[in-house]
Amino acid sequence: MPDLLPALPEIFVLTLACAVLLVEAYTKNGYWSYALTQLTLLGAAVLTVFTTSADTVYAFNGLFVDDLMGDVLKLMTYLAAIVSVVYSRTYLTDRGMFRGEYFALLLFAVLGMMVMISAAHFLSLYLGLELLSLSLYAMVALQRDSKVATEAAMKYFVLGALASGLLLYGMSLIYGLTGSLHLAEVAATVDFRNQTVLAFGLVFLLAGLGFKLGAAPFHMWVPDIYHGAPTAVTLFLGSVPKLAAFAFVMRLLVDGLHPAVGDWQQMLAVMAVVSLVVGNLAAIVQTNIKRMLAYSTIAHMGFLLLGVLSGSYAGYSAAMFYVVTYVLMSLGAFGMVVYLSRGGFEAERVDDFRGLNATHPWLAAVMAMMMLSMAGLPPFLGFYAKLTVLQALVGAGWLWLAVVAVLMSLIGAYYYLRVVKVMYFDAPHAEPLVPATAAGDVRALLSLNGAAVLLLGILPQPLITLCAYAIQASFR
Amino acid sequence: MIGLSHYLALGAVLFAISVFGIFLNRKNVIVLLMAIELMLLAVNINFVAFSHFLGDAAGQVFVFFILTVAAAESAIGLAILVALFRSMRTINVDDLDQLKG
Repeated sequence: MPDLLPALPEIFVLTLACAVLLVEAYTKNGYWSYALTQLTLLGAAVLTVFTTSADTVYAFNGLFVDDLMGDVLKLMTYLAAIVSVVYSRTYLTDRGMFRGEYFALLLFAVLGMMVMISAAHFLSLYLGLELLSLSLYAMVALQRDSKVATEAAMKYFVLGALASGLLLYGMSLIYGLTGSLHLAEVAATVDFRNQTVLAFGLVFLLAGLGFKLGAAPFHMWVPDIYHGAPTAVTLFLGSVPKLAAFAFVMRLLVDGLHPAVGDWQQMLAVMAVVSLVVGNLAAIVQTNIKRMLAYSTIAHMGFLLLGVLSGSYAGYSAAMFYVVTYVLMSLGAFGMVVYLSRGGFEAERVDDFRGLNATHPWLAAVMAMMMLSMAGLPPFLGFYAKLTVLQALVGAGWLWLAVVAVLMSLIGAYYYLRVVKVMYFDAPHAEPLVPATAAGDVRALLSLNGAAVLLLGILPQPLITLCAYAIQASFR
Repeated sequence: MIGLSHYLALGAVLFAISVFGIFLNRKNVIVLLMAIELMLLAVNINFVAFSHFLGDAAGQVFVFFILTVAAAESAIGLAILVALFRSMRTINVDDLDQLKG
């Protein structure tokens, strides 16, 4: 009898995701699926907490690994998914998408992320990634009567499938080189005599990774999909999967290919610099806030890669801290766009936020906190995230990369501050934005999100220590 | 005598054809879906060839999973294609140009 206990949260989410499909078929009422989805995510969190241990446990003949980094990232995934579901409730109701399909797809996407986070084998990495991607394609296409949403879904599908193909080709080359699909065995048997095959395999793997992360020069899909998808879906796919993407990078490059660290560091350095430059410069000219946040995501992914490429424990835990921080900030920023969008109206232009302070000072304050934190200003959380990455980078001797990152962050501050300026110093529209009055829980959660970014920014040490401890325990 | 390198060359050629198919094709979305399928098949040739010459069955098991996922993937791709045709009345790649900025 194989020991399935480490995979208990995954089994639980799978069972209840199927139950959500059945509930939808019998009740035709979105509220049951909504409640069941929240319960599923909470239950999975409880199960993850109770099955956690400081030791690394393998299951399914080494396909599945349960370690501390995975548990922390999974808990963050549930939390972010719960928050995104609450934020998007009124938006989905207004557009007739508040139905079981949305929640079932969301739970399957969460399950895909959990499998990615806990993968110890090329096969489980690939299956988790595909479960996540296929669910996301369908979620983007859920608004069938919208031309932009279906076009975005098609673009996402084609480029996502191309990315999977590149990744698989890289995996096949590494498999040929090492004769194993287990990440730990790959690390033990990487053959440096055949440098060409290794380099080819790495290039394909990193191209696939770059696509999935949305790092330049593989970023073409990010702005289009963020812009075209229904904002509630953008909120989900722009925040939660980044945690799994980070785990994917760690599993593949650190668990699997750590002996080749010198090779992938160079490639990641190029990707990180291009991402920082492209993301920050292109965001300046955007008038659509979803597109602007998409380019800012590209820049943030550049920062994440900077942490990983420093190749030290300090760098990995800085990258983990960065991705957790980024998820909190993007949930708040996209959550605000969703909250201010009403039936038939999308608050998606930067101009729509004009004079928000005059009509809704508290919402403007929360949005301003998100923007300032993304720009990396103290005392907000984003500042410490950038600081720890830069410290790890300098510690590993990549001084020039740190200088580039700081310069690009300065340029990036311009477009974040523009949103703040528009909200505080421009005259409001004749018809001001009207957020949902019936959504008190959304308002409270948005306030809590803002408070988290501020308070964790003032006291960042517990979160930093948690990330450092999880990385130390998982990659001994 | 046909050796490993012949299979790998075939896989590489098929892979290159499919990548070119995705980037050069300006006519029809269905051709894009075909190119994606071809890409996964090229990868499968690689896996089976390596698996055979390494004497390790894991690669062939991987191929079964890739085939299954490819079927699911084309189902979703065709579903999106139907939704796209319903709303836009065209499946020309050049007409997918509403998202820009």
